[in-house]
Amino acid sequence: MNPQPNRPSRRAFLKRGGVIVATFSLAGPAAVAQPRAPLPGSLNTNRGLDGWIRINANGRVTIHTGKCELGQGILTALAQIAADELDVAYARIDMVSADTARTPNEGMTAGSLSVQNSGTALRYACAEARSLLLAAAAQRLNVVAEKLSVADGAIGASPGRLTYWELAQDLNLKREATATVKPKPPARHTVIGKSIARRDLPAKVSGGAAFVQDMRLPGMVFGRVVRPPSYRATLLSVNEAAVKAMPGVVAVVHDGNFLAVAAEREEQAIKAAQALRISAKWRETPDLPPGGAGLYDHLKKMPSRDTVIKRVVPAAASGGKVLTLEAEYTRPFQSHGSIGPSCAVAQLKDGHYTVWTHSQGVFPLRTDLAKALRTAVSNITCTHVEGSGCYGHNGADDVACDAALLARAIGGRPVKLQWMRDDEFGWEPYGSAMVIKMQAQLDEAKNIVGWQHETWSHPHSTRPTSRPDGSFVLGGWHLAQPAPPSTPNNSPQPSGAADRNAVPLYDFPHQNVLLHFITDMPVRTSALRTLGAYANVFALESFMDEAALAAGVDPVEYRLRHMKNPRARAVIERAAQAAHWKAGAKGDGSRGRGFAFAQYKNLAVYCALVADVVVDRRSGAVRVTRVVAAVDAGLIINPDGVINQIEGGIIQSTSWTLKEQVNFDQQRITTRSWADYPILTFPEVPEVEVHLINHPDENPLGTGEGSQGPTVAAIANAIANATGKRPRDLPFTPEKIRALSA
Amino acid sequence: MPDYELRVNGKTRTARTDPDTPLLYVLRNDLALNGPKFGCGMAQCGACTVHVDGKATRACVTPVSTLAGKAITTLEGIGTPDHPHPLQKAFLDEQAAQCGYCTNGMIMTAKVLLDTKPNPGAAEIKQALAGNLCRCGAHNRIVRAVQRAAKAAGA
Repeated sequence: MNPQPNRPSRRAFLKRGGVIVATFSLAGPAAVAQPRAPLPGSLNTNRGLDGWIRINANGRVTIHTGKCELGQGILTALAQIAADELDVAYARIDMVSADTARTPNEGMTAGSLSVQNSGTALRYACAEARSLLLAAAAQRLNVVAEKLSVADGAIGASPGRLTYWELAQDLNLKREATATVKPKPPARHTVIGKSIARRDLPAKVSGGAAFVQDMRLPGMVFGRVVRPPSYRATLLSVNEAAVKAMPGVVAVVHDGNFLAVAAEREEQAIKAAQALRISAKWRETPDLPPGGAGLYDHLKKMPSRDTVIKRVVPAAASGGKVLTLEAEYTRPFQSHGSIGPSCAVAQLKDGHYTVWTHSQGVFPLRTDLAKALRTAVSNITCTHVEGSGCYGHNGADDVACDAALLARAIGGRPVKLQWMRDDEFGWEPYGSAMVIKMQAQLDEAKNIVGWQHETWSHPHSTRPTSRPDGSFVLGGWHLAQPAPPSTPNNSPQPSGAADRNAVPLYDFPHQNVLLHFITDMPVRTSALRTLGAYANVFALESFMDEAALAAGVDPVEYRLRHMKNPRARAVIERAAQAAHWKAGAKGDGSRGRGFAFAQYKNLAVYCALVADVVVDRRSGAVRVTRVVAAVDAGLIINPDGVINQIEGGIIQSTSWTLKEQVNFDQQRITTRSWADYPILTFPEVPEVEVHLINHPDENPLGTGEGSQGPTVAAIANAIANATGKRPRDLPFTPEKIRALSA
Repeated sequence: MPDYELRVNGKTRTARTDPDTPLLYVLRNDLALNGPKFGCGMAQCGACTVHVDGKATRACVTPVSTLAGKAITTLEGIGTPDHPHPLQKAFLDEQAAQCGYCTNGMIMTAKVLLDTKPNPGAAEIKQALAGNLCRCGAHNRIVRAVQRAAKAAGA
């Protein structure tokens, strides 16, 4: 088995149940009032070198990052970067991540930005630390630093050799980063670019303590929460006394509409929560939107903030006849569906809360916890410990608040609270339902001269934000003295959120991109992997095929005809070539192929892919048999890591596309278990082939969300290719595909 | 609450709990075993899979009172970091995970398959794992890992 590098802090904590680790300066020199030069990546907001790097006398290097492991392999990739820039063996690196007491504040681990933000910071910080170590060595050895070489932390040639570990004590990293030392040129990378095995996996295959669910602290009790039966239900009565008398029950919290229990044993907590649920009487209102097709008409009628996202008007209008195409695409509410329901451990001791959480943003979470708990931010420490894959904003932050509220009632003892399956399905914030209306004008040569993209959507980020107003943790909303949310915003372009990837990368002379941003959320929504890009790329890339079909041109050729961006062209050509795309090939009524492309956010990874489908004409069942993708992620840190992300994204998106929809009646969410929310299973999973185009001299580009958009569109295009009928309403269930052909 | 004597990973262990307590909580909380995970509590996802007398069993719906005299094996019982089972090694060699929360169920279910069918084809592996949910999309890697383990065991 691969040796597991030491993880001094968290692993020790999980094993031994508590180690105090000294905190150290995060800020570098005291903040000065004068404006400071911008620094690369997250160095700009976390300027002290010692906040990132510690060289230890024992021959180990501790790297601190504000980003956290979500199963995407980020800690492995960041350790690779640090090893290469410092010139030390990869096995010497220990990672400390996302802890409000110990690491840089890098906000959220989201948006496929970790390599770009944290990785860039580490490249510069480590390069600078290396040069400081060389300068210290040069002084001691009385030589010029430029003449010294480093191999695995050993400077110069023996005899007279010095090591980083000998210099550690004298090295002062309590200084502001300058970013004046250039990171290594790619030709000198020895660890970057290698498929180093993930550092977190050995524990996960052998039953090691790997997740917050695996934490056990001395005296720990178990908690469960009892949520209202519907979003805006109010509690009329509950029999607390009976539940308090149940075996093992340590505390019952009843605060407004917030109900939770803690017990000595987990099964006792579950039983007590069940009893509490049965005894609780609620007032509910039937205030959910209509389901089915009615949902989308309703969405388009809701009050919205309307914004022109992009408008390009050509200097001279093209003359001649134009052909106008129009189509509307829809996507339902969809669930993150984490396999492990959200979990947190919390403890209140001497007025200070410690919360172990799998939140994607421990610093923003801390801010919102402070509002819900009505305490100062300085009274809370949030430490990231891994959870089940989240794919965006699931119940992680909410359960952390639930656990903290219980910890407050217990006094001193730590409490572990895991949501039940139906808590997660019923209360996690979903990916928003969306409607997208497309219009295109084709000139006489059948080229696209006009392009309109109009999106209706609820918010795609209602995460804790570190903003002074509003709190985005569920528990706080339900308290008698609530900490309510504020009105969420839509992130601006070029990344966008609801409008993410709504702006075409194609060179259409006339463009009009509009967003109807619906801030009212009768159904709770937030960030699901790719935000609006999944649906926007579905519409954009389906519509490209519709235009190509109307033009009588092969879809790949048609895309290239409208695309100048050379890197986009290269992935499109590579995917077509790798999949042996045959221009103009027609489906046979059952089998079909589809193509699609996107550059995630128009600024991250480029991904083009070909999907093969088989449609059972009688049942309408669609099987995606194979997907071939081409990917340009700039400088690749860990090739297998990139492939894993792209491949996982393709499979997850196939599942969203063929199967997934959250259901509700007038009052309640009715999707409460896997029986209500089927996802793709092993026999249904397509073969996946990923081709990487490495650009070592370019910046690394985030990959975690690169393939989901192209996948849905390629599947839609493949179904249209196979059957001659175009699916525009997600998910593509057998009933819907059957109805198309009827 | 009665005491239950359980045979877990070759050792006899005792837990004091109610008869209807799912085995999962005893394994995780009383015996401090991390392998089996809580995923759904309804035998729908497979994250909690253990072996009871060699059969893949969902610990989240198996009452502790039904296990007298039976041999229970968890992920920890089939191999260790120093002496991994071929499946555990193959999952690392293939990097067959993203978040790894479902990994326990995948390995434990695959082991029962390999115990009865040493050289399964890809389709048979997929069928055997059809009741185990993975959300990250590591499926193809998992299938390759099971194939690799089969080869290693046969070698």
